[in-house]
Parts: sequence; structure tokens; C-alpha cells
Amino acid sequence: MENNVVLRARGISMTFPGVKALDNVQLTLRKGEIHALMGENGAGKSTLIKCLTGINDFEAGEIHIDGINGTIKNHSTRDAQNVGISTVYQEVNLCPNLSVAENLFIGREPLTKLHTIDRKSYNSRSQKIMDELGISVDVTQNLENYSLAIQQMVAIARAVDMECKVLILDEPTSSLDDEEVEKLFKLMRKLKEKGVGILFVTHFLEQVYAVCDRITVLRNGTFVGEYPISELPRVKLVAAMMGKYLNDLESIHKENKDFTNAPMEISAKGLSHTGTVKPFDLDIHKGEVVGVAGLLGSGRSELARAIYGADKANTGTLEVDGKPVKINQPIDAMNKGMGMLPDDRKAEGIIADLSVRENIILALQAKRGMFKLLSRAKQEEIADRYIDLVQIKTASRETLIKQLSGGNQQKVILARWLATDPDFLILDEPTRGIDIGTKSEIQKLIIKLAGEGKSVLFISSEIEEMLRTSNRMIIMRDGEKVGELDRELSQEGVMHAIAGGEG
Amino acid sequence: MDKAKTKKQYNSNTILLFITIALFIVLYAGGCVAYGSKGFTHFQTFLNILITNAGLICVTCGMTCVMLTGGIDISVGALIAMDCMLLAVGMKNGMGAVPMIIIILLIGAVFGIFQGFLVGYLEIQPFIVSMAGMFFCRGMTAVICTDQVSITQEISPTFYAWANAKIVLPFGGYTNNKGKYMAPYVRPAVIVALLVLVVIFILLRYTKFGRSLYAVGGSEQSAAMMGLNVKMIKMKAYMLSSFLCSIGGICYCLNTMAGSVSQATGLEMDAISSAVIGGTLLTGGVGNVIGSFFGVLINGTISSIVKTNGKLASSWPNILTAMLLFIFIVIQSIFAAIRERKKA
Repeated sequence: MENNVVLRARGISMTFPGVKALDNVQLTLRKGEIHALMGENGAGKSTLIKCLTGINDFEAGEIHIDGINGTIKNHSTRDAQNVGISTVYQEVNLCPNLSVAENLFIGREPLTKLHTIDRKSYNSRSQKIMDELGISVDVTQNLENYSLAIQQMVAIARAVDMECKVLILDEPTSSLDDEEVEKLFKLMRKLKEKGVGILFVTHFLEQVYAVCDRITVLRNGTFVGEYPISELPRVKLVAAMMGKYLNDLESIHKENKDFTNAPMEISAKGLSHTGTVKPFDLDIHKGEVVGVAGLLGSGRSELARAIYGADKANTGTLEVDGKPVKINQPIDAMNKGMGMLPDDRKAEGIIADLSVRENIILALQAKRGMFKLLSRAKQEEIADRYIDLVQIKTASRETLIKQLSGGNQQKVILARWLATDPDFLILDEPTRGIDIGTKSEIQKLIIKLAGEGKSVLFISSEIEEMLRTSNRMIIMRDGEKVGELDRELSQEGVMHAIAGGEG
Repeated sequence: MDKAKTKKQYNSNTILLFITIALFIVLYAGGCVAYGSKGFTHFQTFLNILITNAGLICVTCGMTCVMLTGGIDISVGALIAMDCMLLAVGMKNGMGAVPMIIIILLIGAVFGIFQGFLVGYLEIQPFIVSMAGMFFCRGMTAVICTDQVSITQEISPTFYAWANAKIVLPFGGYTNNKGKYMAPYVRPAVIVALLVLVVIFILLRYTKFGRSLYAVGGSEQSAAMMGLNVKMIKMKAYMLSSFLCSIGGICYCLNTMAGSVSQATGLEMDAISSAVIGGTLLTGGVGNVIGSFFGVLINGTISSIVKTNGKLASSWPNILTAMLLFIFIVIQSIFAAIRERKKA
């Protein structure tokens, strides 16, 4: 091995049932460098890390570690720690009810002659470790008294004190604020000076350019390349991560159709819900995609909830398909051919311990009523059709939904509503937190649905994606519908409308 | 700079412990004021609480260890009944007191290892495991003998002597109305119980095993990630609980001097409520035996007050304990809420 390399993985391959998760992937980590591991959701970052730390059992390939002859294969986190690979995960894996010092030393406490633990000694040693790393804490205090950032740093301090050569940081910054991230970076740079090889996984591009020296990019379980940071500007990095998707996104174009004469699907007059959304009028034609723009908390979701009956409207009337309807609760809306994808999909959307099939048929079953059970064969047929239609990447229709990536979970929920064959679909932030590839697929699907004559109300924080898919946009501000834009939709125009015109 | 550094703050758990101790003092002082004329102020009243509850102290120590891991052991009451019955029947059939005690301690340890294996290695819910254990022990007690078996002086002079031995304390006596000096005393069981208390206190605070119980209760996943053998730790906790329960069973038997099927029913609940009043969280990771000890004393004081009063129905201790439990759970959740808010 080159003398400055601490970890080298070659030809790592690994298959999950039905999915090739890693295919001939390589990684070279040098002493004293911060190395970013980049890739979209499902690119294989986590799988690779789990191979290095002994959680996953890879099928082919070899891993070398500096100072150890021959290849190594870890079978547990403990094995990995013994050869000098420590990992700090997104969720802090420490005990909040123990003191900082105990968290640093538990399992390897110094003992007194009487074989009791030597509190004095480990408290002073802990304080020294933390002082050296520039983390100001009182080590005798319980961990739960400190912020998440400090807890994260204690986890890193523990890893470092166990004399690790390789430190893997798996999205450690996702729950930290800017100031805390900066503290963490300071610590990372300090460790880098000490010669630790740091593998840094993150979703935030700015952070990569702020601390990293080198980047390894994975895509779809394969190795794309390893680049020094100076040779890979952002645009190229994004292109490397997404491959073909970038062109895909460009190619999404809606037709500019005139809907003024199309039949009406939804027609709301003076609908409101006290405290959340002021009275609004809204017409949506058949086959039309209407975007809802506005800042977070502007009443975007609340507008949709009032239509759908999730918040019962206090005033106003609603016509569906030209007929006046009374909607008291979501099931009424469902029976009138509406479907709604809520924005908080963890809390309101997926049921983690049910299979993909069960999650898909859920809304359809609810619509039919408890006592008209769908036959198993029918369920399977529906599930297969929609897995195919929205291209859910899953090993089988019986896979538990919690085993799917975030983007695929989102697609399952979308499939759930499509299965009810709605005429009017409300999508609240359907693309949040999923990678660009899946985003483009969902956007394409929206356009396709509209082409089939379905109407869509599309809520998103990304104006760009609404511009690509919507025929018309309504603007929300402070719980009030303040405008409608059709024709000449432009990012600038929408921003101005959201901000309030005057400026 | 974090706030915690600027001011030395008391751990909220320490404050809970202070509240428990303060409550005991208030209760006891209240008893002294109300029933001073009936002899509540005598030191012996306090010692009697210890004598009556010696067994419960041992059991609660074990229960605390199990609860620290986030588990529960509801088999202890039935195990005590089985222990007492075994002692009584064994000695009646000519076994010596010492061999019987060794046998009972062994049974306790083995029983605990078995329960712990189910909880730790097979990952079955502790409630279910120990409920099965409870039915088993209660059933076995009846299988051994359905009648009440008394331990008399003839059956085992040794055991009888232990039960009636008075360890006289050199202080705190009083002169009764006939002018006779009454020296305060405890029974040997109290010494055993206090020894157990000290040993478990040291175990929890100063040994690797003790701290790992807290770690497992704090976050099982984290404990495993930090390289602790969670399964083994859990198994040992249940072994310890059943073993201490058997020691408690012997102490209990020294008080009752009998074996009977319905003995110690609900004792597991007394142990759990004492631990909770003493600041042990059912969710695990928080608590210590000093708190649990005071929990037992509080329960004992309530019973003692009701007994001294003489007019109150015997169900009153239950109602008072219920109210106390309620108060403590509310206080604990208030503390938890404050802690959350501080963090945010």
C-alpha cells in the first residue's frame, strides 16, 4: 500500500434480495484527509459504510487497513473498532442518562485496585480529552443536558479516543444548525491534523466544499470516480451524481393548453377555515395542474385541507363536477373522487410495518368500506400495476415499506392515491427530501395524469418544479389567496407575487 | 459556552431523591406529632418498620436493578411464597436451616438465569416472562404443600433462634411507664437487608456491571454500539433480581415463620411502587437503591401510621400509596418536561 493510505476498499459488491446494492465499488482514504462520499438516495453510500463497519456482509471485494497485513472482514461494529474504524451516525448512539465522561469510557472504564471503577481518573481523563478537542463541557454532567451538536462531538471524541485511524461520519450535520456545523467542522479539521482519515457523508453540497479534500462519487451502486475537490466544481459534482437525470429534467415540458373552455372539476366559492385560511375562490378545470405557491405557513396546505375536508370548511360552497357537495371529513372527499397526499408523510402517510402492497391498497380499501374486502388476488394485481406505473424500486410487493428508500416510500403513497382512481388529486410537497432522479419521475407522472384528464393541485416549495408542471399558479400569503398567475409563468413573477408585489 | 458550565446544577434525579427523602421525613414527623402519645416517637417504631420490611428491601433492590435496564420482574412475590414454603417443608422433613438456605439461594439464581435468558437472549417481553415465572412459582408452592406449614422451635431450633434473636442497639432506648428501660433492637434480617442495600449501592455506582445497567436502560441500541454485551447484562440483571428475592424470601420467612400458598401476594407491586416512589423510572436508566430504600420506608411508615391509629380500615395504606404514586409520577413527568424545554 502507498504509505499514506489508511483504508483501501477494492471491488466491493453486495446484493440485497432483488437489488444489486453495490457493484465493484472502490474507495481509497488517505491519512489526514477529509473525504466526501457523495451520491443520491439509493446510490449505495450507506451500504458501503455498513460493509466497512461490519454491519453488512459483502460478497466480493477486499478491504485493506494500514498496519494490518492482508485483507480484513469485519463482522460487527466491535470488530471494526478493533481494526481502527469508528463510525458516528446521524442519530447519536450514546446514553443520554449517563455523564459525558461515562459515555466516553463505558465498557472500558479504568479500574481501581478493588476492581471498582475509578471515577476520578476517568473524569479527569475525559476532561482532558474534551479540552484538547476544544469542546467546552463539564464531563460530570449528564449527556442529556447538552445540545445535539455537543452530543455528536462527544460521540466523535469517543471514537477518536479509541485510537481510530478511520472515522466515518454518516450525515452528522443533518440535525445541526449553522453555528453547530461550524463547531463540528473545527473539530474535524483538528482531527485531520492529527492524521485521522475522515470519511464524510452528507447531503449538503456547501459542506462538502467547506471541509473536504477529495470526493468519491457513487451512482446506482457503482463507482463513478474519485476527484480532488479543486477539480470538481459543483455543477460537475451534481452531474456526476445524477448522470442522465440532469437531461431528463430539462426535457420535462407541459403543453401550453387553454383551459378556459374545459369542463370544471372543482369550483370553490368563499371556502375558509377559521384561523388557518381566509375565504377563497378556486376553479380547477379537468386535466389542469394548478400550483400553489407561497412561503411555509402561508396557508398552502391549509387551503388544500379545507377543500379535502381534513379541516372542515366553516364558510363557502364547493362544487365537484358541477354539482354542489358537502364535505365534512376526508372520506366524503374520497367518495367524490378526491385524493390527497399529505406533506408529513412520516406521520400521516406511510405505515412502516405494512408491506408495499398493503400500503398501496389502504386508501382504496377505506373508500370501499371495511366490510367489502378486496380479494388477495385483486390486491396483488393492483399493487403490481402501480409498482410498475410509478416505478417503485422494491424487491417485491410484499417488502415492508420501511425497508424502502425515502423516494420510493413517497412513490408508494402516490400509488395509494392513484389506486383510488381519483379525478382530483392534491399533492402536498410530493418531492420533498427525495433525490432529483425520483423528483423528475414524479413530475413526469403529474403531467401524464393531467394528460389523462385528471386535475391536480400541486403544492411545493420549489417554484421551479411547479413552473415546469403547472398550467396555472395561485399565490398564498398569510392565509389568504392573493393572486393567480397563468400565462407567462416565470420564477421572478411568482417570487414577486409571493413577496407581496410592492417591492 | 453551554449554560450547564456556568452554574453547577443539580441533576433533576438528585432533586427527585431529595423529594423522596423529604417526604419520608415529613410523613414520619407527621406520625410523631399525631400519634406521639401512642409511642410513635420511640426509636423502636422506626426499627419495627425495618424489621417488617426487611424482605421487601432486598426484593426492591433487585427490582431496581431490573427496572434500570427498562425491564420488570413481577415473579418476585410468588418466588418468595415458594421460598417460604420450601423452607418450612424442608425443615419439617429434617433438613437443616443452613442447607435449606443454600438450596433456596441456588434456586433463586437458577430461576433468575432462566428468566434472564428468555428476556435477554430470546428478547421476550419481561412482563410476559416474569408473569409466567409468577404463575410457575405460585403453582409450585401449592404443589409442594397446600396447607399452611408453621416453622416451630421443634422443627428447626436454629431458624427459630435467628428469627427471635434481638440485636440490641446501644442508643435510643426509652423508659416505659412502669419505669423499665426498653432497649431498642433489630432482628438479624434487618442486618441482612441493610448489607444487601450497601452492596447493591456500591455495585450500581462503582462497578462496570452496575454502570452498564444504566447504559442499557438509557439506550439499548447505543449500549450495543458502544460494545456492551446487552444480552448478558440483561440476563445478569434478572439473575440478580431473583437471587436478591430469595435472600428477601429468607428474611420474609424469618418474620412470618410459616409457608403458605397465599403468602406475599402482591409483594411485587409493593416493590415496584417503592422503587417508583424512590425515583426509579419504569422506562429505565434512572434510579438508585437509596431512593428505593426510602420508597420502602415511606410505604412502611404509612402502614405503621394506619396501624397505630387503630381505627382506620386496613385498606387505607393502599389508598395513600396510590396517591403518593400518582404524585410522584406527576412530579417525574414535570421534571422531564422541564428538561425537554431546557434543551429546546
